[in-house]
Amino acid sequence: MATPVIEAKNLSKLFPVKGGFFGRGAGVVRAVDDVSFSVMPGQTLGLVGESGCGKTTTAKLVLGLEEPTGGSMRFEGQDLQSMDAAGRRHYRKSVQAVFQDPFASLNPRMRVGAIIAEPLVTNEVLPATEVKKRILHLLELVGLPERAADLFPHEFSGGQRQRIAIARSLALSPRLVVLDEPVSALDVSIRAQILNLLRDLQAQLGLSYLFIAHDLAAVAHMSHTIAVMYLGKIAETGEAAALSQRPKHPYTQALFSAALPSHPDERREEIILPGEVPSPLRPPAGCRFHPRCPHVMPRCATEVPVLKPQESRLVSCHLFD
Amino acid sequence: MSPLLEVRKLGVHYVTARGTRVTKAVDEVSFTLEAGETLGIVGESGSGKTTLALSLLRLLPTAARIVGGEVRFEGEDLVAKPERDMRHIRGKRIAMILQDPMASLNPLFTVGDQVAEPLRVHERATRRNAWARAKELLRSVRIPAPEARVKEYPHQMSGGMRQRIVGAIGISCEPRLLIADEPTTSLDLTIQAQYLNLLRELQRAHGLALIFITHNLGIVAKMCDRVAVMYAGRMVESGPVKSIFDHPAHPYTRALLESIPRMGNPRQRLTAIDGQPPDLARLPAGCAFHPRCPDAIDRCRAEAPPESLVAVTHTARCWVAASHQTQRPGARADAVRP
Repeated sequence: MATPVIEAKNLSKLFPVKGGFFGRGAGVVRAVDDVSFSVMPGQTLGLVGESGCGKTTTAKLVLGLEEPTGGSMRFEGQDLQSMDAAGRRHYRKSVQAVFQDPFASLNPRMRVGAIIAEPLVTNEVLPATEVKKRILHLLELVGLPERAADLFPHEFSGGQRQRIAIARSLALSPRLVVLDEPVSALDVSIRAQILNLLRDLQAQLGLSYLFIAHDLAAVAHMSHTIAVMYLGKIAETGEAAALSQRPKHPYTQALFSAALPSHPDERREEIILPGEVPSPLRPPAGCRFHPRCPHVMPRCATEVPVLKPQESRLVSCHLFD
Repeated sequence: MSPLLEVRKLGVHYVTARGTRVTKAVDEVSFTLEAGETLGIVGESGSGKTTLALSLLRLLPTAARIVGGEVRFEGEDLVAKPERDMRHIRGKRIAMILQDPMASLNPLFTVGDQVAEPLRVHERATRRNAWARAKELLRSVRIPAPEARVKEYPHQMSGGMRQRIVGAIGISCEPRLLIADEPTTSLDLTIQAQYLNLLRELQRAHGLALIFITHNLGIVAKMCDRVAVMYAGRMVESGPVKSIFDHPAHPYTRALLESIPRMGNPRQRLTAIDGQPPDLARLPAGCAFHPRCPDAIDRCRAEAPPESLVAVTHTARCWVAASHQTQRPGARADAVRP
């Protein structure tokens, strides 16, 4: 079996909350709590969950923008913690990101050519002609005309800006691109263009993606594997088609039943969860989902479930013990 | 019986201060809505859907003018009404829910005050009665412990709760029509499901007519009886939801439906729509969609297509769709408005 591009083992990130506002007892937010996953070469891992579930923190850990509190990450088999400075540099070049809002992620004072070349200029020593050649190649990859290099971001529409952001993320020939809600800021008619482009680039360049999105159908469409997070933990993870069509964990079931239908005749069983996601400052004891779970049992309130194999996937729920 | 709401050839233009530039945000839009019915108005940003919603309540910004047409609500033309009379309609007979609940709630007043306000203004309820009603309304929108929550402020609530409070304000005077402009975009999926269910229950309980303004065809598929598709200020297609999802007549509607990822067939290639939505200030001649349209013929570049019936109560503004209709004999015979 191939070595995963990225492999996280028991990854945790705790944020201490300073005392004062909530009284003396300064707490910790367990934003990511004992999470393990891997992304295979040329494949996409979709990360879904509601606000506060820890998916953005997970993305930041992968990007090296946050240091994990616990656990380990391996990049192409090598442990990140034991890497030397050169190894870390190589890692940071190999993992790039595309963010949600292309109106915020591009510097309005820089020309598109300079934006795309910036990662090259800061990370590599290249003659100007070579940089120019690479810019044109990158523009071609994302389907923008050559003259785009001399224009400013405001001269482009949202979809084209997202293409610019994608070109920049590809400048250093990364192995993994973190896509954090890459289409949710775009117009509906433009989304398919960008999703198709991302799929084409993956096939062409053998990229791996960590795809984070609210739109479950888009995640199911883009991903090979899906991991569902709830309050910092993975509730269920497995092959995308199986998981999205036959979810097992009660939370995954509720989440996918809440996804909007693509046709008026499509009637699925609706599971309306009571209440809201609790504060990660005071997560419920036992299974974190138990206060909202329709299948709650007495042991759920006390025992923390662990991820266990269940029909080609991993589910963290006492129902399957 | 006349419909609850009948909009005829409504036009709304944005005009610059010197009147030199005119943007047709809403252009000759017509539709009807029956009591208790749900209409979805779909479109991308800049398609004029929000301007249309605001013009129904005459809440347009100063640069916008209603340049023509009628908005008949319960038989009265709202366009011709004096502003004073509109105040008795807004919030009482037609209510509106906006996208961002934090922006529509006043941070300085308690939730109870804000839910009670329309009752105090429109029904001249006493403070005590209005507060008692406010508690009931909070309970009806599933706010836990309404007795305590009425005295709290918006910042003490979660996003889903705030949006439910805006919903409670909306239904407080038992309106006939509720306009919801992207009501769930800021909510998480499971909270969105809760909220849509709640709206449906409120609709059943009060016989409300609903207008959903959204860019999300999923919401339309789930909630609506009829749908109207807006593109560049025009209603390019409208009809019963099922008819439009099964037999979209306009190439734009068809492309939109095909461009959306579906849960059932993962990893199948999506059909993308080339180009991008037009700038309303510089609309192409003829049909505004023709530069992006795969089926465009010469006529599309020269003349704007009129509304034509393509099936029962299903209309489209498209030369190609209209010509398909006339080629099929008998198709027009049943294509009559009820």
